[in-house]
Amino acid sequence: MIVQAFAFYLFAGILLLSALMVVTARNPVHSVLFLILSFFNSAGLFVLLGAEFIAMIMVIVYVGAVAVLFLFVVMMLDISFTDLRKGAMNYVPLGVVIGSILLFELVAIYSYWQFSPSTENNLALPGGGFEGIGNAHAIGLVIYTKYVFAFQVAGLILFVAMIGAIVLTHRTRSGVRKQKIEEQQSRKASDVVEVKKITPGTGV
Amino acid sequence: MDGASIIGMEHFLVLAGVVFTIGVFGIFLNRKNIIVILMSIELMLLAVNINFVTFSAYLNDLVGQVFVMFILTVAAAEAAIGLAILVVFFRNKGSIDVEDLSDMKG
Repeated sequence: MIVQAFAFYLFAGILLLSALMVVTARNPVHSVLFLILSFFNSAGLFVLLGAEFIAMIMVIVYVGAVAVLFLFVVMMLDISFTDLRKGAMNYVPLGVVIGSILLFELVAIYSYWQFSPSTENNLALPGGGFEGIGNAHAIGLVIYTKYVFAFQVAGLILFVAMIGAIVLTHRTRSGVRKQKIEEQQSRKASDVVEVKKITPGTGV
Repeated sequence: MDGASIIGMEHFLVLAGVVFTIGVFGIFLNRKNIIVILMSIELMLLAVNINFVTFSAYLNDLVGQVFVMFILTVAAAEAAIGLAILVVFFRNKGSIDVEDLSDMKG
């Protein structure tokens, strides 16, 4: 009991601190690294909530793919990040006002949250039938049967995103000596070979 | 779901609310740097995911966790497309300042 509470406050504290560091760090590389730390801590919270599969997906997808993509782009672009911070402080008071209003409203709603007694009857998928099997097993039983269409659409979204990203960033550079197969194949002897009549002893 | 029943749902919900607010605040704080704005959006999506998993655990209903997977998918696609647009924008303009994104202004 104490252990769970300790784990919650540890993960939540580090999550909040690293989330704050993401938005306040001067160097974007540090921002990305703190983003990775916050994803790890949220994965810990998900394990605490009993959602082990989502926690592992979180680590694999966010830390392994998204954060590395961010890190790659931050390091690839040659930008002076100090110039970008100039004049950024002008909007901090507005941000503090809007942020504190939002925070007040969210905390006011969430801190007294209670389910109405009839909530149990309205669940899309009551917990019954999934006792005794693991979290990943239970998700698999649902996602490949009841939500298989949404699952396929999610795959389609990833496919479209992949094609979009490749089309956007691909470019043909000029001045690069690269093998062009179709040009090689369509080369004909009549286009490139020239027969010259040479009389002996005179040279070309 | 041992840890869930002991800690109390409002802890997780308030935590998600604070993380979401930090994400919103980050957009104001780094309003010129598109990379950090994208990271702030990721933080806000993370807060939404925490909310979904919390309700899923306390209602004993798996649909919340299924939804988190779809949100993860869309977040990954959004990050990939956003960063691709950012790279193209940097190639054309030589900067990633939001203020330079005004070519289509009428």
